[in-house]
Amino acid sequence: MSVEVMIQQLAGGMAKTIMIFVLTLLFSLPLGLVISFGRMSKNVLIRGITKAYISIMRGTPLMLQLLVVYFGPYYIFGVNISHGYRAYAVVIAFAINYAAYFAEIYRGGIESMSKGQYEAAKVLGYTKAQTFFKIILPQVIKRILPSVTNEVITLVKDTSLAFSIAYVEMFTTAKAIAASQKSMAPLAAAAIFYYIFNFLVAAVMELWEKKLGYYS
Amino acid sequence: MKLFEMNHVKKSFDGNIVLKNISLSVQEGEVVAIIGPSGSGKSTLLRCATLLETMDDGDLYYLGEPAAKSEGGHAIYAPNAELKKIERQFGLVFQNFNLFPHYSVMKNIMDAPIHVQKRDRAEVQKEAEALLQKMGLSDRADYYPCQLSGGQQQRVSIARALAMKPKILFFDEPTSALDPELTGEILKVITELAKEKMTMVIVTHEMNFAKDVSDRMIFMDQGVIVEELSPEELFASTNQRTKEFLGKYHILNH
Repeated sequence: MSVEVMIQQLAGGMAKTIMIFVLTLLFSLPLGLVISFGRMSKNVLIRGITKAYISIMRGTPLMLQLLVVYFGPYYIFGVNISHGYRAYAVVIAFAINYAAYFAEIYRGGIESMSKGQYEAAKVLGYTKAQTFFKIILPQVIKRILPSVTNEVITLVKDTSLAFSIAYVEMFTTAKAIAASQKSMAPLAAAAIFYYIFNFLVAAVMELWEKKLGYYS
Repeated sequence: MKLFEMNHVKKSFDGNIVLKNISLSVQEGEVVAIIGPSGSGKSTLLRCATLLETMDDGDLYYLGEPAAKSEGGHAIYAPNAELKKIERQFGLVFQNFNLFPHYSVMKNIMDAPIHVQKRDRAEVQKEAEALLQKMGLSDRADYYPCQLSGGQQQRVSIARALAMKPKILFFDEPTSALDPELTGEILKVITELAKEKMTMVIVTHEMNFAKDVSDRMIFMDQGVIVEELSPEELFASTNQRTKEFLGKYHILNH
């Protein structure tokens, strides 16, 4: 197999890896914020449920969660799993898992804000929504950015876990080619891909951090 | 005209009584200074007046409109929509400024008038520039709070409060976080406002300033108003507790 053909085959996997990555962030970042509100809720029931949710999501392997999300509909409800469900299962499992981690990061950031910011906003007549989105959240984002960067970098590598339900992303493709060609080259290519991907992620996040560095 | 009035205010935190039956009213154009030892309830009084704290019992009126009324031994607050309207009547300057660090000086001042009061941006900008000039900070419009001294930050926060055009402005120990040199800057600004007949209630530990700037002084101790007199009368008071408190300051300042 020529290098071009190998790259071509890997490229399809890369696109799917990037898709998992983008969709997971798209859903888990807002979902995490909602869960963090639940976690900080005054309502004991809501707080208890979100706490248990976070505990389970963080306390069990992501690979196992993937299997549950993918096979659960069949084993539990007897629903036949369509072929197309695989991609949904991957994104659902990743999104609900990462949302739990993001929720705790948001909570840390929100709870670190001084009461004075809320009070100043209240006296100036800002609504609760305005206070949160204009005053609190922008400052929270600045504070949590380094922790978020950590999670996002982990996510890039975690996408390879989609392999466990045979979703053909980058890692699955590389492994298949390596086995059929008896060659390390596809795995090396995959490694380079993940590394460059994360290098870019880190660079973008650093740039963002710098952009927010105009105040302290 | 009575701008502000609170009657028989009671407030306790976890069984610890902080305000015991406090009544206070402020006329338009009046400057009232509240003094007293730490823990006497001065700040809690101000926080109840500005709706940052809810009273256990008592009435609270702005321009005759009730924000809360005492009913059956409890303060019953007006609906939120009413309170939002009443909030427009007053401003509050904090001890720790509480500027928004991610907004420039200009945006700190302009954002609420534009997005809360929905006023015209160009008009607000003009007023904000005038306020900054008054505060001697025209050259700092594009700075961020972290680039300013404490005194400058406090002047911005006063400008931010004034931009909302409040009828009455409360100050919660506005100079307590500042060194003596910067304290002077702020006292000068407040004195200017007093000359312009701005209605103000100032909680402060600056006795000489309070004496010079206020029309009326209130001495609080252990959750009650001990005396409420003109500055001259208060400093000549024969009340034992007042004398004791002022005496301590006298020793400190001379």
